[in-house]
Amino acid sequence: MTAPERPRRFLRRRGGDGDAWHAVELARHQDRPYTLDYLARFCDDFVELHGDRAEGDDPAIVAGLGSFRGQTVAFVGHQKGRDLKQRAYRNFGMPRPEGYRKAMRVFELAGRLGFPVVTLIDTPGAYPGVGAEQRGQSGAIARSQLLMMGLNVPVVACVIGEGSSGGALAIGVADRVLMQQHTIYTVISPEGCAAILWKDAGEAKRAATALRPTAPACLALGVIDQIVPEPGGGAHRDHAKAADMLGDAIAAELEFLDTLPPLERRRLRRQKFERMGAFLE
Amino acid sequence: MAKEISVDISRVGTEAGQSETAASRTRNTCPRCDSHYREEEMVANLRVCAHCGYHFPVTARERIVQLTDEGSWSEIARELHSADALEFVDTRPYPERLQAAEQQTGLNDAMLVGSADIGGLPVALAVMDFTFLGGSMGSVVGEKVFRAAELAIERRMPLVTVSASGGARMQEGVLALMQMAKTVAAVDELREAGRPYISVLAHPTTGGVAASFAALGDVVIAEPGALLSFSGPRVVRQTTREDVPDDFGLAESNFRHGHIDLIVPRPELRDMVARLAWLLAGGNPYRRPTLIPDLGAQRAMGRILGGARRRITDMLPDRDGA
Repeated sequence: MTAPERPRRFLRRRGGDGDAWHAVELARHQDRPYTLDYLARFCDDFVELHGDRAEGDDPAIVAGLGSFRGQTVAFVGHQKGRDLKQRAYRNFGMPRPEGYRKAMRVFELAGRLGFPVVTLIDTPGAYPGVGAEQRGQSGAIARSQLLMMGLNVPVVACVIGEGSSGGALAIGVADRVLMQQHTIYTVISPEGCAAILWKDAGEAKRAATALRPTAPACLALGVIDQIVPEPGGGAHRDHAKAADMLGDAIAAELEFLDTLPPLERRRLRRQKFERMGAFLE
Repeated sequence: MAKEISVDISRVGTEAGQSETAASRTRNTCPRCDSHYREEEMVANLRVCAHCGYHFPVTARERIVQLTDEGSWSEIARELHSADALEFVDTRPYPERLQAAEQQTGLNDAMLVGSADIGGLPVALAVMDFTFLGGSMGSVVGEKVFRAAELAIERRMPLVTVSASGGARMQEGVLALMQMAKTVAAVDELREAGRPYISVLAHPTTGGVAASFAALGDVVIAEPGALLSFSGPRVVRQTTREDVPDDFGLAESNFRHGHIDLIVPRPELRDMVARLAWLLAGGNPYRRPTLIPDLGAQRAMGRILGGARRRITDMLPDRDGA
């Protein structure tokens, strides 16, 4: 095939710019349930744990223990705020290294005491601040992945909104990775991609189409294992129903993962990520 | 080390007029002090400015020549090519960009992997090339890191990586993101097998590479002046409107904040990697690495090397007082 044919075929097959951008908008919908909304519905006894035991407590990541369908589960998730004040407090869901270190602390605890780990991903990316860099943003993201890779307990991750960049993947290394129907998982935000490749952040819609961040695309690419359905119109229409659907999906995955021997589970987790990618030889 | 240093450099800029400076700037002109070098001098100096210690970028091939014993390099996974699973098109289709990069660099992707000896010690080596699409990490780089780790485990060698990357390759979308986890899985295997890992960070190591395998070395070494950060200074300034310090994200700043073990100037890098590989392997006294002055292949550079070495060492932050 010659090069000029490519864009046309691409757009035809993808159904234009609309689909991907629609997913981006739904994933960022301001009424979408956030991590704490789900946790309040998953368990009535969730106890949030605070602090990374070194620098501080990052409100952009919540972590804690709760009783989920008959057993203690360690939950970690990005947290966005709903009103202006909360959004600023939660730093728009963009974690600093303290957030990832808090997550790691809770992963380690879960691994030691044998609790399954469930992570909920919803971030535009790790916070790009001077202080965050000085306190070791890259190292924190890398080490969190490494720690998750080696956990001896079942790990389930689910994208519940925006899953953007290493800031999302830092808590996304799991035996089973799920995405809710109207969420996105991407290497960079469409705006960031447009600013770099088109030199114009206004091209975000085209970037969104090109990046293929939707749940069906991620499933086709082998990046996720399952798409979790949402109530009609999207999770923001009915929080209770969305939480039931997500809870059921997570519970089913945990039940399945519990049947695997820990070392085998760990080996399979690693193998799953080692097989990701598309190349010719 | 030689006390007298005779380095043949022709300075451009201070004596010459401004317009002449601009006109005569080439890729061998130091951006920091305007010293200009002939290509042979650049090669002999390991692309370090003998006047001010500025470290010019180094391609993967040249880095391998600089680091490894002559004739010991044996490449693996040479035929890996990116598959364009997303059929990604921005202002140009991704395959076109790949093809242009291949023609320009003579490489198949942004990393070379293989085995080599460094000072007589065998290592698995993975070297990134920033000239290939900004050293971005897509499926091929991820797979190559994985294969290098496998090679290290199989042949019971340490893994050495040299990173230079703008981050994940956007044109491979979420698959590029997953290469972070893939390379982390490779490091996890390496650790389980008890093989040591030395990570060398060259300018620049940012984004997805900085936040995956490159950060996970048992020993992390940086070159002086290298930008090592998750987000680059421009993104930080635009997103946060914060005042970005002059040394933001540089190796020296990372050293001060405790994120890297050592800043090693390029003329000393080979010896340091050899020494660490030896120590990490248990330090068998009968298998000490051969250090630079004994190596025929690199003997010729000795005189110039001495100058660069002294000056760069003078520039380093005070290691005790930092």
